[in-house]
Order: sequence, then structure tokens, then C-alpha cells
Amino acid sequence: MATRDLLIGAEPVVRLRARRRRWSEDVIKGVLALCALLSVATTVGIVIALFQPAFEFFREVSIVDFLTGTEWTPLFDPQSFGVLPLIVGTISVTLWAAIVCIPFGLGAAIYLSEYARGRTRKILKPALEVLAGVPTVVYGYFALTFVTPLFRDIGLRVEIQNALAAGIVMGVMLIPTVASISEDAMSAVPRDLRDGAYALGSTRLQVATRIVVPSAISGIIASFVLAISRAVGETMIVLLAAGQLPNLTLDPSETIETMTAFIAATGQGDVPTGSIEYMTIFAVGATLFVMTLVMNLFSIRLVRRFREVYE
Amino acid sequence: MIGATPQLKSARRRGELQGKLFQAFLYLSIAVGLVTLGTLVVQVVIRGVEFVDLVLLLESPSADPQIAGARPAILATIYLGLLLIAFTVPIGVGTAIYLEEYADKSRWYNRALEVNIQNLAGVPSIVYGILGLAFLVRGLGLGRVLLAGAMILTLLVLPIVIISAREAIRAVPDTIRQGAYALGATKWQVVSRQVLPAAVPGIATGSILALSRALGETAPLLLVGALTYVAFDPTLLGDFTALPVQIFQWTVRPQEDFKILAGAAIIVLLLILLTLNAFAIWIRNRYQRKW
Amino acid sequence: MSETESAPVKIVDVSLDRLLQPERSARSSVARETVFQVKGVSVLYAGNRALDAVTLDIYRNEVTAFIGPSGCGKSTFIRCFNHMNALIPSARIEGTILFNGEDLYGPGVDAVEVRKLIGMVFQKPNPFPKSIFDNVAFGPRVLGMKDGLNERVERALSQAALWEEVKDRLKSSALSLSGGQQQRLCIARCLAVEPEVILMDEPASALDPIATSRIEELMHQLKKDYTIVVVTHNMQQAARVADMTAFFSVNQGAEGQRTGVLVEYDTTHTIFTQPSDKRTEDYVTGRFG
Repeated sequence: MATRDLLIGAEPVVRLRARRRRWSEDVIKGVLALCALLSVATTVGIVIALFQPAFEFFREVSIVDFLTGTEWTPLFDPQSFGVLPLIVGTISVTLWAAIVCIPFGLGAAIYLSEYARGRTRKILKPALEVLAGVPTVVYGYFALTFVTPLFRDIGLRVEIQNALAAGIVMGVMLIPTVASISEDAMSAVPRDLRDGAYALGSTRLQVATRIVVPSAISGIIASFVLAISRAVGETMIVLLAAGQLPNLTLDPSETIETMTAFIAATGQGDVPTGSIEYMTIFAVGATLFVMTLVMNLFSIRLVRRFREVYE
Repeated sequence: MIGATPQLKSARRRGELQGKLFQAFLYLSIAVGLVTLGTLVVQVVIRGVEFVDLVLLLESPSADPQIAGARPAILATIYLGLLLIAFTVPIGVGTAIYLEEYADKSRWYNRALEVNIQNLAGVPSIVYGILGLAFLVRGLGLGRVLLAGAMILTLLVLPIVIISAREAIRAVPDTIRQGAYALGATKWQVVSRQVLPAAVPGIATGSILALSRALGETAPLLLVGALTYVAFDPTLLGDFTALPVQIFQWTVRPQEDFKILAGAAIIVLLLILLTLNAFAIWIRNRYQRKW
Repeated sequence: MSETESAPVKIVDVSLDRLLQPERSARSSVARETVFQVKGVSVLYAGNRALDAVTLDIYRNEVTAFIGPSGCGKSTFIRCFNHMNALIPSARIEGTILFNGEDLYGPGVDAVEVRKLIGMVFQKPNPFPKSIFDNVAFGPRVLGMKDGLNERVERALSQAALWEEVKDRLKSSALSLSGGQQQRLCIARCLAVEPEVILMDEPASALDPIATSRIEELMHQLKKDYTIVVVTHNMQQAARVADMTAFFSVNQGAEGQRTGVLVEYDTTHTIFTQPSDKRTEDYVTGRFG
């Protein structure tokens, strides 16, 4: 037991100061903060890596020509740097992906949230997650070697590489993304809202579509935006199944090239560093980055909003 | 009850029809995903299984599909996995500890840090490839080597590790921390002796799932290094090719046999990922504490 | 109230009268040592004044109870004594607390040193997810008291009246104990670092009556060697265990902010039989609470 000094009138014995300064705690905090700074360094690195060469590119090619030109032939003579074919190619594939993942993703979410019983849910939810875990190169392989031949067999006249197969397979891959975020949003809607509606005689369809979905709408929209952002940024499926031919068309049966496919194809090669062809990688990359960044920020905002409403 | 009036009956029937159609659509939604998944697996297995043999596992690639194997790619994927664990776990967990236990949430820079990490999780993987190309391959002059691939994949999945580590740390009840502080433990003692040990299962699960995601990635590796034709075993600072890249390269070859070979390699890749995921789920079920 | 008048003694119920034995009130005339001197202490959370200007002294080897309705700041107050409020970034403390004459919030004061001398037991038992032994040994280990660990653990568990029940299963998980045992484990954990003071924030409110009475018995025994401060919402408990009782109440501000204040502090006997303040009287007679 600690001894206590009882010197009345004398200075109180000081026992509450640390015997020596705990500098080790400060060192540890510093090391941990350094780890956290790596994420900042990554972002800074991405921004520098993309925008510095992109600026140099735009000194040689006018940004207006870039964004509005309809011919993309950076590696051939005569060179043309209109990025629209790539953007349109991306949109074409993304469109079909959205047509698949938005309705079916939402449908799956409604099913899991409002219709499925506990045990079914426990099996189906992870099963859908497996869809999200399959590597994209495998999806690309599947689209190229199975889906396109299937389309041809049933009479659709599609090229060997086409936007439709890539878009649809990508859409299926994104169903879990839409489903899980939408379902999160829907399960955050309080039970009482549903119970009140059921008590008034509503059917499950009515409760789902008129009560739950509207209440969870910001989370649901966030899931759509996130899925589209992923579709825009996807590389392997389009590289294998959609093609490497810049083509300003929304016709899904034709071969096209997306922004990501161009970057992958060109970056693989031995384009000389510093050349204008090399810079195209970064110009297109910067465009891609800005598009997905805007969409991601928007969807993060929406998710935060729906989380706040019910918590 | 005496027979319902005609109005009630027809309204009910209409409502029923609507409800049934809607339900059918919902079933279809689930079916689309599952049927596609099933078809994919069956197709890949049927196509590729004939080439799944020791040749695949032990031989190097070759121009002749009959004797081509994926050994360098498989080895590279394994090495990448080990490097990834070594890189992502300390840095990711360290960041998570900083954000959850040390950072003052009212400061703007700590909140910006959180938003930054969330954004990085959504950046397309090919942009990470560009980052690697610019800084590591050409900038630092590292060249197209395995180490560069590992570093870029680390950056790619780090946000996932951080986010899941944070959740695991946050799940540890505050009463444990308070009890430890009240006994005179310093912050690092509380974190290292109470919080981290309790959060290990969650952290392990999250890290393994992140690893599984990284090992299936192709796009960044295309830019950072994996070459068209690598016939020798990978080393840290040498040329390399990973399994997903090998699959890609075989798929784009015109010969039908190479497509079958690609299918076989896919089977190997899927088995590796399946094992990793099953391991992660086992850890979660066996060790996860319900507070 | 003048002492010559034979004012009727206001008692909550007859059993309380039995509990308040005469020896207790006689203690007030014995010269005591002051452990804590609290002068004008207020606690603010992000600008909200949760507790206002408390002044009182805590005496050595006695049990001091803080009672009062919910929201009156008694838990906030007790956490000032071992720097637990420092874990909340928005908390600010005004005023002075002297611990054995030393300023508890003086410059250079280290929270770890404070907590070595002033321990705390919480409302809901919070054993660590480790073995019983490791729970009790945690404090000594982190404070560098490595020698004689086994003896230290045994001594702490004995003082907490838990040793006989667990001596054969020290390596088993602490979570396998019952609620009352877990709380005694938490007390043992606290005792293992040999503090001078033990703070208890509603230590028995999550326990059944039998476990509660064991904790109260423990408080009686422990006060021979330690100074005990306990927060409780159970008046009868305060009457049973405490030598001194402080009654807190809530003041409602103009905009509805609630601030805790110390209403009255005296021997337990006085508080329960002859309170000076009407608010105290209303509370202990059950008119509100």
C-alpha cells in the first residue's frame, strides 16, 4: 500500500507527474499518422500522374478538338485526337449495363428486403455476392466465348466483338452492387412505416413500391450512380468482348473501343515516353478519372444522407 | 362470409394479378444473376477442364498449346499475394488505428482523410495502373517488375483493408477501452493489448477478402508490367506475368486451343479465390465475437 | 430548523431507521483526513454546463455516496476524479480538485499516474475478453509491476471476495462468470494495482439483489484500506453503505438546458433524517425522483 506523508503545513508531495516523458506514445502516433498519409500521397500521385502529362498534351492538342472531335487515330497517320468515339463507346456499353443492373438489381434488393424469408435471404445474399467476386477477366472471357456466339446463334447479327455482349455481362456483374446498397437503404426504413401500411390493408407490392422504395430513394439512387461509375471504369470485359476499334456509334452490334480499353491497349505497348502518343494515355485517363470522381462524390453524398436520416 | 360483391372480387383479382406479376419480376431479378453465374461456371469448367493437368501447373507457356503451362503465372500470383499481405496489413491496419483511436474527428484534415479514402475505393483500377506506369515503371525507373505490380495492387486494395479494419475496430465495445484506461493503461497499451486482439478476426477476414480481389485484377498489371510472353519463373525485380494476365493473353490468341487453355487457367484462378474466400468466411464464423 | 424544537424526524420507511445506526453520526465528530478537496468544480461539454460549481471534501477510509435524480451530473462528477472526462474531447473542467493537497489538474499531471492511485468500477461489468487471471493481471502488467504477479492476483481476488470461487479456473474466460462475479472481478482488477481510492459508478445497478448485497458488503470491508466514492440512484443503498452522502439535483435553464448542482452534503444520517434543503427532503421522502 502506498505510504502517505502527513506533514501538516509542508509542501504537498508531488506524485501525479509522470516520472519521465512518455515520448514513445508520440512516436507511435507519428508512425500511424504516416500510414494514413500514404492514402493522401496516393491521391496526390494519381492527380499528378494524370494531370501533368494531360496538361502537356493539351498544349499540343486543343481541348476543344479533343472533346468534340469525332476521329480518334492517335497512333496512325493522319493523327486525329477527337475523343468522342471513345466516350460514345463507353456510353454504349454502360447503357446496356445499366439496362440490366438497374431494374434487376433493384428487383433483387426488393425481393431480399421485403419478400424473402430469413433463411432464403441468408443463402441468396451471399450467393449474389459471389457474382461480384468473379474476376473481370473471367467475365470478359465468358462474354467473348459464350455470350456473343449465343447471340449469333439466336439470330442477332453482332460482330465478334460488340458492345451488347460486353454491356449485358457487365450489367449482370453489377447487379450485386445495386442490390446490396439498395437493400441496405431499404432495411434502414423503420418497421413501423411498413406495419402502418400493412395495417391499412396494403399489399406487399404497394408497401414495397409506395412506402419502402420512396423512403430509401437516396440510397437507391446512390447505388445506381455507383454501379454506373464502375461500368465506366471497367476494363477487362470491354477489352476482350467489346473491342479495340474506335467507332462513333451507339449501335450495340458493332465493335467499339472504350476509354479504358484504349488506355489498357496503349499502355501495354512500347510507346516512347514523352511522345504525344504516350500522352494520350494520360489525357484519356484524366477524362475517365474526372467522370468517375464526380459520380463517386455524388453517390457518397447520397449514401451519407440516407444513413443520417434514420440513425 | 356471404359471397363478395362483384366489385370487391374484380378489384381483388386485379390486385392479385399485379402482385403476381411483380413477384415474378422479382424472382426473375434474382434468377438472372444466379443463372448467369451458374452458366459461367459450367461453361468454363466444361471448356477448360480437359486442359487442367500437371502440365498446366508445372510447365511454362509456349507457342504450342499442347505443352503450354501457367507455372510462372501461378508462382507470380502467389508471390504477389504474399507481398500484398506484407504491405497492406500493416499500413491498412495502422491507418485504421490512427483514424479510429488517435485522430480528433473534429479536425478538418482528419475528416478529409476519411473522404479521401472513400474516394480512392471508387477509382477505376486502370487509373492505378496509370499511376504505376508513370511513377514506378517510367518515373522511378523500376521497370516492369513484380515489385511494381505488388506496390500498385497494394494501393488499389488498401482502401478496402482500411475500411474493414475500421469496422472491426469500431465493433470493439467502448466499455473495454474505458476499463483499460481506468486501470492506468496508455493509449497504445489499450490499442495493442485490448482493441487489436479483439478486432483480429474482423481484420483478418477483411484483409483476405481484399487479397482475393487484388489477385483477380488484370488491368493495372497490364500497364505495370505483365508481359506478353514470360517463360521463366518470376523474381522480385524481374519480368513477370500473373494468372489473370495469362488468362487474358491466352484468350486473345486466335487458336481455339488457347481459348481452352485460358478456360483451364480460369479454373485454377477460381479455385485459388474460392479457397481464400472460404478461409475468410471460416475465420469469421469461428472467431467473430458477438458483443 | 432550531434544534430545541422537537421536530419530527422525517424518515422514508421504518427500515431506514434501523439502518442509520448511531455510531455513524458520531463519526462526524472524529478528526478526519481529507483525500479530495473539491472547490467550485464545473464540467462543460461543448459549451453546455453539465455540472455547476461543486464544493465538497472527501474523507479517507470512508464511503461517500453521490445520489440524485437522473441527469444531475453525478456520473460526470465522479469521472473528474480519475481524468476519465479527458477521454471525451469536448469536455472542459473548471475549478480545482486537490488530491492529498496536490492539484489533480495541475500542469504536467499525467493521467496514468492519477489512475494508478484512483481506480474505477463501472456500472455494467466490463471484463476483458481474456482469462480471469489476465483480467486481474492487466493493470499491474501495463503499469510495469511485473514482480510477484501471482501473489498480487490472488490478493486482489481475495480482497474482492472472489478467490475461493475462481481459484481453480484462473485460466478460463472471464466471460463465463455470472454478472455478480464479473463485477467482483472488475473490483479485483482495480485492487490489483493498489490504488488509494476506488470510484464506483452505480456498481450494482445491473445486478440482482443477492449480488448487490455482496457488493455492498465488500464496500464495508474495503473501506478499511481504501477510500470509496460511489454513485448510486438507489437511496436505500446509499443509506446502507455510505458514511457521507452528497445530494445532487438538476436546474433547468431558460432555454431548457439542464445543469447539475450540489444541493446538500452531510453525513448520511443527517441527509436522510434532517435534511436542510427542501429539495433534499423531497427526494429522500420519495416525492420525486
